[in-house]
Amino acid sequence: MNDKHLIELIDVSKDYSGDVALEHVNLYIKDGEFLTLLGPSGCGKTTMLRLIAGFIQPTAGRIEMDGVDIANVPPYKRRINTVFQKYALFPHLNVFDNIAFGLKIRKMDKKTIEEKVNAMLELVNLRGYGKRSVDQLSGGQQQRVAIARALVNEPQVLLLDEPLGALDLKLRKEMQVELKRMQQRLGITFIYVTHDQEEALTMSDTIVVLKDGEIQQIGTPTDIYNEPKNPFVADFIGESNIIPGIMLQDYRVRINGLTYECVDAGFKRNVEVDVVVRPEDIDIVPPEAARIRGVVQSVVFMGVHYEVDVDCGGYEWIIHTTDYVAVGETVGIDIPPDAIHVMKKTRSMNIFDGIAYPADGLVTIDGTDFPAAVPAAFSEKDEVLVQIAPKDVVLLAPQDEDAQLTGYVKACMFLGTHYEVTVDCGENDWIAFSDDFMEDGAETGLRVAREAVTVSAQA
Amino acid sequence: MVNKKARGFFRGTYLGLMLLFLYAPILILIVFSFNESKTLGNWTGFTFDWYAKLFRSSEIMDALGVTISVALISSVVSTALGTLAAIGLHSMGRRRRAVIENISQLPMVNPDLVTGISLMLLFLFLGLRDGYTRLIIAHITFNLPYVIFSVLPKLRQSSNMLYEAALDLGCTPAMALWKVIIPDILPGIVSGFILAFTLSIDDFVVSFFAGNGVDNLSMYIYASARRGVNPALSTLIFVPVVTLLLIVNIRSIREERRREIQSRKVDMK
Repeated sequence: MNDKHLIELIDVSKDYSGDVALEHVNLYIKDGEFLTLLGPSGCGKTTMLRLIAGFIQPTAGRIEMDGVDIANVPPYKRRINTVFQKYALFPHLNVFDNIAFGLKIRKMDKKTIEEKVNAMLELVNLRGYGKRSVDQLSGGQQQRVAIARALVNEPQVLLLDEPLGALDLKLRKEMQVELKRMQQRLGITFIYVTHDQEEALTMSDTIVVLKDGEIQQIGTPTDIYNEPKNPFVADFIGESNIIPGIMLQDYRVRINGLTYECVDAGFKRNVEVDVVVRPEDIDIVPPEAARIRGVVQSVVFMGVHYEVDVDCGGYEWIIHTTDYVAVGETVGIDIPPDAIHVMKKTRSMNIFDGIAYPADGLVTIDGTDFPAAVPAAFSEKDEVLVQIAPKDVVLLAPQDEDAQLTGYVKACMFLGTHYEVTVDCGENDWIAFSDDFMEDGAETGLRVAREAVTVSAQA
Repeated sequence: MVNKKARGFFRGTYLGLMLLFLYAPILILIVFSFNESKTLGNWTGFTFDWYAKLFRSSEIMDALGVTISVALISSVVSTALGTLAAIGLHSMGRRRRAVIENISQLPMVNPDLVTGISLMLLFLFLGLRDGYTRLIIAHITFNLPYVIFSVLPKLRQSSNMLYEAALDLGCTPAMALWKVIIPDILPGIVSGFILAFTLSIDDFVVSFFAGNGVDNLSMYIYASARRGVNPALSTLIFVPVVTLLLIVNIRSIREERRREIQSRKVDMK
């Protein structure tokens, strides 16, 4: 790997007839690195890959390769090849002809083609399979043919769209190792799309975490795991305890009324923060030796360790330990300073565009009326900014008469004392807090009290 | 045991009777095309005379020539046009595709009589007099929806990713069409071609109105029916039509079986 920026995405946005898939993305990809685009489904990772491949064009922004804008260059003129999610092998051609396809298009002579294809078959461990029809192969073998078909063209960049998704666990692990080995040997830049955080952590040089079309964090696997930038990244990469806290001063953070030593500095005094503690970094100690005590709620054996839930007065800690503890037992918990990771508080706030009706005491958000105290300064039908704190959004049954609008749960994240739920209500996403876990896709009703709605002028 | 046997017996008889009713008229025709006697019901001995007569009559040979050449030309043209139309349809937006697909399939349920008369009027209006050209245009018209109908499902099965994979490997859109899409949907195209060819050989009503004096085989049979039909003639039409239909059906059965095996293999993985 060297430090040359091979591909650069500059302020790239993409929307599909109004649906935003990517928003002002900036990213550079170094020559020869293994970069992973990681995120839940619908986060824009596949869109990003398709933009780089050239199957779609960005709505705005530039995509540069070696300093030249390639946003509108058709895919067949790019030195980029793709391994597709479901392989997309040509069913009318045998293994050899599938791999030779790109070379034949480039009109190479027969002898060179044969040499190159055979070398590829060797590389992907499929020697002697050339004459087979592609539907005689197993999933893993088809996968290898797809990789060989792309690599034989000696691309500068290889794009891989969840290539291991269809394989079983054991084969997937083997292929992970094999892909990484191939990448190191050939020195080609790999851009790899996956929603599997473990896969991303084991294979990548750089991980890009995406959510809702925006980049959340870019970093090495160690960085992303140890220093997540926000609760979403912390929650998505591995398991974690995410707790609200107050940064008293450098190296001092207050969590649940107790002051802890930590290794973070540079925050303002007494500022609200989010604290992440990885379950494997917490130690279970005898109760008399500990500052926090709690009762074991559940113990699940995970193969190598136990996952233990400990209730410490309303806050549940998830702990990974190799020592067995019994359910109902009172235990002590010790959190060493370097296990505490302090993050800037992400302001989760519902902010919408609305229209004011001061005479009726209403604001309209996307056609739904909400009673609100509209300041006298506004006149009828003024465009205003409406803010509603997530804690004031009440979730109730969708068929409930009191529900002001309904929507579908898009994401649900545990924040230690409650869940943060993102609800897709058509035009807008609403954020609400819930005591119970809510399944993705579940329908729910929403209600907001009059006092909770803040109306202000638009910027 | 007895019960089982009886059930088997009835099942077989029922099926046999059904097939008998369906095929008896044609079988009789075929059998009596080898009959020496001039009256149909009366078997006097085996002969190839009818067939010999058939090939000696220049009128019949002309009509046969018209039938075959019209069938060939119209099915080739409609296969080419229909395949391109299907590809175009497939890549349209959902709503537009649904509308145009339905409009293009409508002629299949349109009565032949209506198609024939409207074509006749159209040709009159255009002042197109040449009967042979009229026949070809008419046959292309009614063949087209059948070709689209047999190509579209293949396109739906084929994955869009194949096209993208071709572009990815250096094909221009035109090359991708030629090197990947067409080979992938080839079974559908061939089925469409055979179907079009069969329909064209078989057609009487539309040709009758569109032909303007040029006779194909079925029109010749109709015209000469009052003078007594040469049984060999009908046999000559029946045999190729049945053969072609069998080919189409066997192909689709094979295709289905292949896919079944394929999906079972995937399930096992």
